[in-house]
Amino acid sequence: MSLFEYTLKELQEKLHNKEISVTDLVEESYKRIDEVDEEIQAFITLNKEAAMTKAAELDAERGTAAEKLFGLPIGVKDNIVTKGLRTTAGSQILSNLNDPLYDATVVNKLNDAKSVTIGKLNMDEFAMGSSNENSSYAAVRNPWNTDYVPGGSSGGSAAAVAAGEVPYSLGSDTGGSIRQPAAYCGVVGLKPTYGRVSRFGLVAFASSLDQIGPITRNVEDNAFLLETIAGHDKMDSTSANVEVPSYTESLTGDVKGLKIAVPKEYLAEGVAPEVKEAVQSALKEYEKMGATWEEVSLPHSKYALSTYYLLSSSEASANLARFDGVRYGKRAEDAESMLDMFKRSRAEGFGDEVKRRIMLGTFALSSGYYDAYYKKAQQVRTLIKNDFEKVFEDYDVIVGPTTPTPAFKVGDKVDDPMTMYANDILTIPVNLAGVPGISIPCGFSSEGLPIGLQIIGKHFDEGTVYRAAHAFEQATDYHTQRPSLGGARS
Amino acid sequence: MSRISKDEVKHVANLARLAITDEEAGTFTKQLDDIITYAEQLNELDTTGVEPTTHVLDLKNVMRKDEPKKWITQDDALKNAPDKQDGQFKVPSILE
Repeated sequence: MSLFEYTLKELQEKLHNKEISVTDLVEESYKRIDEVDEEIQAFITLNKEAAMTKAAELDAERGTAAEKLFGLPIGVKDNIVTKGLRTTAGSQILSNLNDPLYDATVVNKLNDAKSVTIGKLNMDEFAMGSSNENSSYAAVRNPWNTDYVPGGSSGGSAAAVAAGEVPYSLGSDTGGSIRQPAAYCGVVGLKPTYGRVSRFGLVAFASSLDQIGPITRNVEDNAFLLETIAGHDKMDSTSANVEVPSYTESLTGDVKGLKIAVPKEYLAEGVAPEVKEAVQSALKEYEKMGATWEEVSLPHSKYALSTYYLLSSSEASANLARFDGVRYGKRAEDAESMLDMFKRSRAEGFGDEVKRRIMLGTFALSSGYYDAYYKKAQQVRTLIKNDFEKVFEDYDVIVGPTTPTPAFKVGDKVDDPMTMYANDILTIPVNLAGVPGISIPCGFSSEGLPIGLQIIGKHFDEGTVYRAAHAFEQATDYHTQRPSLGGARS
Repeated sequence: MSRISKDEVKHVANLARLAITDEEAGTFTKQLDDIITYAEQLNELDTTGVEPTTHVLDLKNVMRKDEPKKWITQDDALKNAPDKQDGQFKVPSILE
């Protein structure tokens, strides 16, 4: 049995009792990467030498209680800046950014908690994508069946955890980029409330939507990791000055009296029958545990996709203006002029999806179109946000599927942007409203692919989301099932 | 009727500082037109008097004192630069 079958707290106990060493854990991680990552392609850059050195150093000391992740090996999505460790955001334009100058605030927090960074995880370029096929390095494969996509954009973060390469990882979520791959890979992924986790050092995609969050094998680990990385940061003025509660203490197993809302739009046409069935049996499970549920409406759900693509692309067109070949990153050779250098560096450095979104955003923000597209989308965002607020007046959580279908095959949707975008139809509204949402395993398709249950909470009420997720996990065994990848694993 | 023409795509690419070929402009025109046409469903909604959301939390401007502090050195700032000279970033000529 792999050491990573244990929860993070169990691993810490074993470290504390000297049953295992930090070096054992870090070696286990690299051994598994050697076994499976040629097939899975979850990592863009490994940090092996530094990680082994750090493991040896940690083995020579004893962790304190404040060092919550002492010796635990983690993978970090490659759009989170790591000092001295290559950070590419999945893009060729940053392929030579081998020596970043500083650590993101979340990485500082991981380092303070004494975790060990194993490497940087593969992703769709600049987090734009739902299948990882937009990575300019390699398309990540789903550990449950490598003919299928792992989801995106945090596909590497979810696949690495599902494949047992690391016990936990960090991803980022702008329109579903943590929850959708977590659903496709059968792991637990949470997008925290907007402002819950500092984004200082996250390569910005859409600043009014982006959040960093944890991907783990179970809910307890997820809560444990969030309480380590959450909190106000003076380096990120959009991080909220709201106290971070103990999320692990909210895992009581008790959901008696919990009021669940089930939006009819989330079980409508377009949602696969086996996904609906999995969600309906989850609701029965909640009934058995003493929770109640009722059907509600989020009437503006069908406008979320349009709203999202206009707003996120507009913000991206501004955020990605910084990649110009001047201060860092790749520069086109033999440019005739400054302008030629900008244009060719960006044309050579960005992939098609990134270019498409930059152009869409530039168009939506341009003179004559601003009111019709950008401002209109901001107004519809208000209506979507109001839908959620209204439901949360009467209910504790909203429950539905994370995605309309299980994972699709590699290559199936790559030529049609609109079909690809539709994968995120159930996760996007959560980012637009800024509320927290989690995906947990709730079943398997007839093809043996995982299905995700999405639980959405009120602003800053991750505690209730975790409590509901944990109770379901206690009552079921979906989260204990593992892909048979690489053989010799139960 | 198409929402965006090939010439407009070329114009937008120029504004966004992206070099594109004529063939690429053709492909992007079709794809962007599909996306924009789809997004026009928002016009079904009457948003008269609806406040636009720029930020989901009730957060006002966050100010801090303007105090110098140690951050990165000039050498650090230049170490990932594609080209540099005399402690500065070097770029192609901006004058014709």
